[in-house]
Amino acid sequence: MSREQEYVLRTVEERGVRLIRLWFTDVLGKLKSVAISPAELEAAFTEGVQFDGTAIDGFSRVHESDVLARPDATTFELLPWAQSDEPSGRIFCNIESLDGSPFDGDPRQILRRNLDRARNAGYSFFAAPEAEFFYFASGNSADGPPQPLDRAGYFDLTTGDVSSDLRKRTIHMIEAMGIPVEYSFHEDSPSQHEIDLRYTEALDMADNVMTMRLVVKKIAMERGVYATFMPKPLNGVQGSGMHTHLSLFEGETNVFHDPDDEYGMSTTAKQFTAGILRHAREITAVTNQLVNSYKRFAEKSEAPPYVSWARNNRSALVRVPVRKQGKPESARIEYRALDGACNPYLAYSLLLAAGLRGIDEGYELPAETNVNLFELTDQERRELGVEPLPRSLDEALDEMEESKLARDTLGDHVFEWFLRNKRAEWAEFCAHVTPFELDRYLSSW
Amino acid sequence: MDPLLVHPDPAPPELVQALDMGGWAWKGAPDIDAARRDEPADGWVGAIIVAGSDPEEAFRFCRAIRSGDVNVDSVLLLIGGGQLASLDFREDLFDDFCLHPFHPVELEARLKHQFRRSGQIARAEVIEYGPLAMNLETYQALIEGKPLDLTYMEYELLKFLASHPGKVFTRETLLSRVWGYDYYGGARTVDVHVRRLRAKLGEEHANLIQTVRSVGYSFGASRWA
Repeated sequence: MSREQEYVLRTVEERGVRLIRLWFTDVLGKLKSVAISPAELEAAFTEGVQFDGTAIDGFSRVHESDVLARPDATTFELLPWAQSDEPSGRIFCNIESLDGSPFDGDPRQILRRNLDRARNAGYSFFAAPEAEFFYFASGNSADGPPQPLDRAGYFDLTTGDVSSDLRKRTIHMIEAMGIPVEYSFHEDSPSQHEIDLRYTEALDMADNVMTMRLVVKKIAMERGVYATFMPKPLNGVQGSGMHTHLSLFEGETNVFHDPDDEYGMSTTAKQFTAGILRHAREITAVTNQLVNSYKRFAEKSEAPPYVSWARNNRSALVRVPVRKQGKPESARIEYRALDGACNPYLAYSLLLAAGLRGIDEGYELPAETNVNLFELTDQERRELGVEPLPRSLDEALDEMEESKLARDTLGDHVFEWFLRNKRAEWAEFCAHVTPFELDRYLSSW
Repeated sequence: MDPLLVHPDPAPPELVQALDMGGWAWKGAPDIDAARRDEPADGWVGAIIVAGSDPEEAFRFCRAIRSGDVNVDSVLLLIGGGQLASLDFREDLFDDFCLHPFHPVELEARLKHQFRRSGQIARAEVIEYGPLAMNLETYQALIEGKPLDLTYMEYELLKFLASHPGKVFTRETLLSRVWGYDYYGGARTVDVHVRRLRAKLGEEHANLIQTVRSVGYSFGASRWA
């Protein structure tokens, strides 16, 4: 047993923990949980907890349906909302096959494998998301279109409204679980909020995103409202994204930083960015995995659908933030396509792999895009050499299917399962008669 | 190493927790016979008697102690607010009392006041600084008397910092002293853990850990400053 495992067992005993929730994530990015009693925890550390994975999205296999959940002791946290007489904790798990090898359907194992690749090249990979979401009166689509809780806008300080109170309590709970929050504020759209997490290593951050999504929804539910990370829930106002800041460190050094460069970007940063841009179309099915994700891109605001980069250009896919003097460790790039409905383990895996490919192959960074791409015609954008991101899930899946990078990064199992699952989702959508069609066609034809 | 005698057995869980967090050695006794049987060679340092739903039973226990059935130096009675009137004319049965449910800080103060018999009580090693208390034996931490739930590395980092108030440590020093090996991810790891600790300490106490620009971190203030 490791020091960390012993510490967790001790904490469970000292704090009188009654229930331990083993957390893991399915291929679509849904949080899964199985609860065990404290008496079973020690065996869970040493032997794992065996369960049937057949019913978990992306876990089913031809030969063997059972897998092992192996708790990662460094991730143990008490749930701050649990009642004081019934303390319970959560712990993230790595999923293994019965022979103890990493299970190839587990997104967390996939990210760990990709981070190991980066580590072998000397890099650690950091991420910091800006998560947007809406509060609505109800999450039930049978109740009609979603009803926002307020009509406020960007940075508005709303007094006495239910959503600022909600956000405050949510942040308190997120921080109590050891997840530092950098900023939070009211976003552009009615009842839309943003929570920015302080950067940390990508595996921890993927865990943090899973935790944050749950806490946001949980606290909303406590107050009788509904929180959603759905990318585009309302017509006519901007959707919710999850712009994500990325950086690479080599030991103590941020290798994206170069004080002598006109953009403050090192060669490594430029190659990494070039890698992400060149492979952006191939990874979009994962960074934006819903039919609905592509409606956010159509809004032409904070969701840039054009493969380009810039320092100050909201229409660019990658933004290179201008930094304050003397903060070399904050050198980073911001990927702006990602939305909050993604599986963070898979999305970070692909962003990292695309960036590293750029470094390995020495990709050249295209010129900065300083025009507002929203205002150009398709023709003008083509002349600038700026490609659009896929316009639909269908197109994104076509791109992904052809991508060796995506297959190598995700592994055959998840790559193939994801394509099958998402093709089926697209087919279902195509066969569905939407309110748009009824509104537009029923009375006139 | 003399333990405190605690009655009844099992004791209320919040009392057990407070005693363990405070590093008190104790032993439960369901009845006076058990108290006599388990009596240490030179007597019990003290007894904590909880008057539950049946205060008369608690008083009988106290009376047995006072009559010399069991060798106990000092008796602390925990009693509910509604039972206070029953203390009348029984003042001789206890040395001090504390309202139950208790405030952990009050209980700790009374325990120290009552039972700190010179050199006889083996207290677990405890680090205390302002609102923070850390029990090095049980790995528990308290902030203003409330449990502070930390991961292993957060606990180790806070323990190291709090053992050296006012001293400034570089990230590299913290990494080698706390993590103890060349941890992958380097000094960023320290920053990340300091942020996590501050988040858990909450707004009010986050400044216990200070960033010393272009050097590293320090905890609290030196008592010699």
